[in-house]
Amino acid sequence: MSSVSSKSEIFSKVQEALVDALGVDEDEVTPQATLQGDLGAESIDFLDIVFRLEKAFGIKIERGELFPEDILTNTDYVEEGKVNAVGLAKLKERMPFADLSKFAADPSVQNLGKQLTVQDMCNFVEHKLAA
Amino acid sequence: MRWFWLDRFSEFVSGSHATAVKCVSLSEDHLLEHLPYYPIMPNSLVAEGMAQCGGLLVSEIYKFSELVVLAKFAHCGIEGEARPGDVIRYKATIQQAKDFGASVEVKGDIDGRPFSQADIFFARFDPETTEHTKGRVLFNPEHLRAWLQFVGVFDIGVHADGSRIKVEDYPNFVKTVSVK
Repeated sequence: MSSVSSKSEIFSKVQEALVDALGVDEDEVTPQATLQGDLGAESIDFLDIVFRLEKAFGIKIERGELFPEDILTNTDYVEEGKVNAVGLAKLKERMPFADLSKFAADPSVQNLGKQLTVQDMCNFVEHKLAA
Repeated sequence: MRWFWLDRFSEFVSGSHATAVKCVSLSEDHLLEHLPYYPIMPNSLVAEGMAQCGGLLVSEIYKFSELVVLAKFAHCGIEGEARPGDVIRYKATIQQAKDFGASVEVKGDIDGRPFSQADIFFARFDPETTEHTKGRVLFNPEHLRAWLQFVGVFDIGVHADGSRIKVEDYPNFVKTVSVK
């Protein structure tokens, strides 16, 4: 299987999982769409999405792996509602699949979830499959 | 109105599946008040019955010790109507379970006719995770135990190895006193 076809296969399975979990239309689930902003995902939906991705790809996703909430609630890494430099480094280490450059510009805790995109989700799966 | 939307379990297999029935009766107030002169079981209460069937099954995974919250219906469909005299049979099957929650598929039928279907997600709620619930007891184990007894879980329920489920298997219930 070429990496190109596997990327598109990953996208179509991620798309299907998001359509089922969020009740959105297939054409809304574009790589650039943000999960919370564009697709209306709430925190409880992330748990549902995790189950669907596990099933679709035969992978195991541990708590906090897709969305490291433990870092965002740890006072060592968060000061006055913003993730500090140590926290940012920790996030990059835990989320190598996500593009955190936009988040780094304004690292308010609530921004992380808002900026996660469908592409980040695909990268996450790819990262898991390669592990 | 009591919030019991199942009458009895006929099958309850720990961590796997459960079957429960709901007998629809004309003596239930909501049947007369939902649609005047057209007594049918409201779909919202069918959904609640499916959630109770799946929810108790999920709650058992966590030893009935923690609050299990109905987080979402990923899908819910109901076909036709349930009328007085009908017996709805719900079958719940656990799809996936993790430390933070579980997903369950529930199918309902009336005399073998497919009636309802839902994919339901339950989340485990730890009161320590939010400021206003920290240190609080969110449900009374005695009430839960009584409910499980009413619907026959301890009469027919079995563990995965086939051994009978007993009240004593759940530390949360052992410290409670008998319901009077």
